[in-house]
Amino acid sequence: MPTFEANGTVYEVDEDGFLENPEIWNEAVAKDFAQSEDITDLTPDHWKVINYLRNYYLGFGIAPMVRKVCKETGFKLNEIYGLFPSGPAKGACKLAGLPKPTGCV
Amino acid sequence: MAWPKPDELVQIDNTPPSGSWLEPSANYRKGAYCNSALPKSLDQVGMPNARNWKPSDADWKLPPDWKEIVLEGMRDRLERFRSFRLFMDICVRCGACADKCHFYIGSGDPKNMPVLRAELIRSVYRRYFTAAGKILGKLAGARDLTEDVLKEWFYYFYQCTECRRCSVFCPFGIDTAEITMIVRELLNLVGCNIHWVQEPVANCYRVGNHLGIQPHGFKDSIDFAVDEIEEMIGVRVEAPINKKGAEVLFVVPSADYFGSPHYYTLLGYLMLFHEVGLDYTFSAYASEGGNFGLFTSNEMMKRLNAKMYSEARRLGVKWILGGECGHMWRVVNQYMDTMNGPADFLQPPVSPVTGTAFDNARSTKMVHICEFTADLIRHGKLKLDPARNAHWNVTYHDSCNPARAMGMLEEPRYIIRNVCDRFHEMPENTIREQTFCCGSGSGIGTDENFEMRMRGGFPRANAVKYVKEKFGVNLLSCICAIDKATLPTLLEYWVPGVEVAGVHELLGNALVMSGEKERTTDLRGQPFAPQTEQAGA
Repeated sequence: MPTFEANGTVYEVDEDGFLENPEIWNEAVAKDFAQSEDITDLTPDHWKVINYLRNYYLGFGIAPMVRKVCKETGFKLNEIYGLFPSGPAKGACKLAGLPKPTGCV
Repeated sequence: MAWPKPDELVQIDNTPPSGSWLEPSANYRKGAYCNSALPKSLDQVGMPNARNWKPSDADWKLPPDWKEIVLEGMRDRLERFRSFRLFMDICVRCGACADKCHFYIGSGDPKNMPVLRAELIRSVYRRYFTAAGKILGKLAGARDLTEDVLKEWFYYFYQCTECRRCSVFCPFGIDTAEITMIVRELLNLVGCNIHWVQEPVANCYRVGNHLGIQPHGFKDSIDFAVDEIEEMIGVRVEAPINKKGAEVLFVVPSADYFGSPHYYTLLGYLMLFHEVGLDYTFSAYASEGGNFGLFTSNEMMKRLNAKMYSEARRLGVKWILGGECGHMWRVVNQYMDTMNGPADFLQPPVSPVTGTAFDNARSTKMVHICEFTADLIRHGKLKLDPARNAHWNVTYHDSCNPARAMGMLEEPRYIIRNVCDRFHEMPENTIREQTFCCGSGSGIGTDENFEMRMRGGFPRANAVKYVKEKFGVNLLSCICAIDKATLPTLLEYWVPGVEVAGVHELLGNALVMSGEKERTTDLRGQPFAPQTEQAGA
């Protein structure tokens, strides 16, 4: 099982570097994983997206639609890419501790 | 990691390797293979040899009797499938297919010539199942099944997207996709599978769709789309889920209610159905058109497909309508009737709006959305304003399976010509039956397989580049969810400046709905082109 280490904590992750056990997530995890996405500082805008994703995931067991993320957070898609360079389904979901979506996406 | 740049990748080396092709070779380097399946997604559907392993490992942790399992699997399939035995026997190695594969064109690797890729298993077939091969061995092009041969199979048969372009050119009609399907079945018998196929398979089996979206999540997404349409268009549409007694069951790929740009196609469907008053329902269980069982085994394909007829029966509909999904149509059009039919509890599909009987769907009872919509337009049932797509200069990518597995060639073009003023075809040897694959179909559209996807998609992207430079095309339309997921990445890499959209997104832009408010933007929220520009476009 691959691992990811940051600030002295070792996390079990999948091959894409996503948290293996989404239930252990907390804000410190998001801060640690920010490094793996080359995000140096988590701003209130980052947290807005992360918290939205996290809450949706707790309710529905899955990430929300990309369009819904944009609308509910008020960010355009390119602005989300500005915050999370690998995009809403990858970078943003990774920091929020969600599993990576699979299929025709 | 940093991937090779386009100007590096386009330097394709066509020098054949010096050694014999009978020597197994597989270069498991980053960017050229997909991650292996997780044990839990195998366990969830009862598939064997669930374990943690990586294709780049030396030890694949195969079962001790793996060789017997694979050979017994071959024997069993040679008996059960006449097509498999035929395809093992009849190839004369004429080479008509050799340069037709997008992976061969993009990689220059001779083992990606469809003929040679098939020889990777034919050589094993000869060794164990033909008299000449048993006696003459290498002289007869036969070789032993070894672990290296198995690794070579895994490498090259996950570099075939089952698109069947090569089959169009085969004078014997060998269906190369069926060879790949069989080899992947054999690999599955010993637990060699990829994550991007296996997790959707497990999710589909448990929940009904690739993404594992549960009924309340499905409803949340559909409700969101309904609200957005009302906001944008000023019309409240209905989008019923699990409505018993509806006339039609509508099945879409789950990416339509999850991904982007798929979502805008979903809006197009919902607007269309409202406008013509179609009595339809979604199903929260048959909530996936795609069937990654097609990339696993016949049995898995059948299991995952069963929900379509099952939900149609439970909900009491008359017939089924299917959305913009790619490989679903190979499963539906070529296998569903005999796998899970006959659907004699359904009725031969008739459009309630035009009265047209879809005779081609008499046995499956399932109609493609483009057939349905083209028929509506043909009968003058829709009010369309192509000027609303004036900001798009459009070409059309024939998605492999709708084109080659069901002959869906004219209907999408007919719709596009009625909803867009500017439409330009790519060169004729890259469209229709000869369409080039996106390079990411059959479950290999993963991030980690990036280099191979860009290589495989190169011929398609090259044709897009041609119409971009010649006609100023800025939008590639298509009717497949994998296309919509993977072509944006491909085009950004090879042809920046061309976007990707579904045909029903373009329809949704042009559709004039009764009671709509004044529209100033397309479904993406982009402003329409100014009137003056439209006139000269």
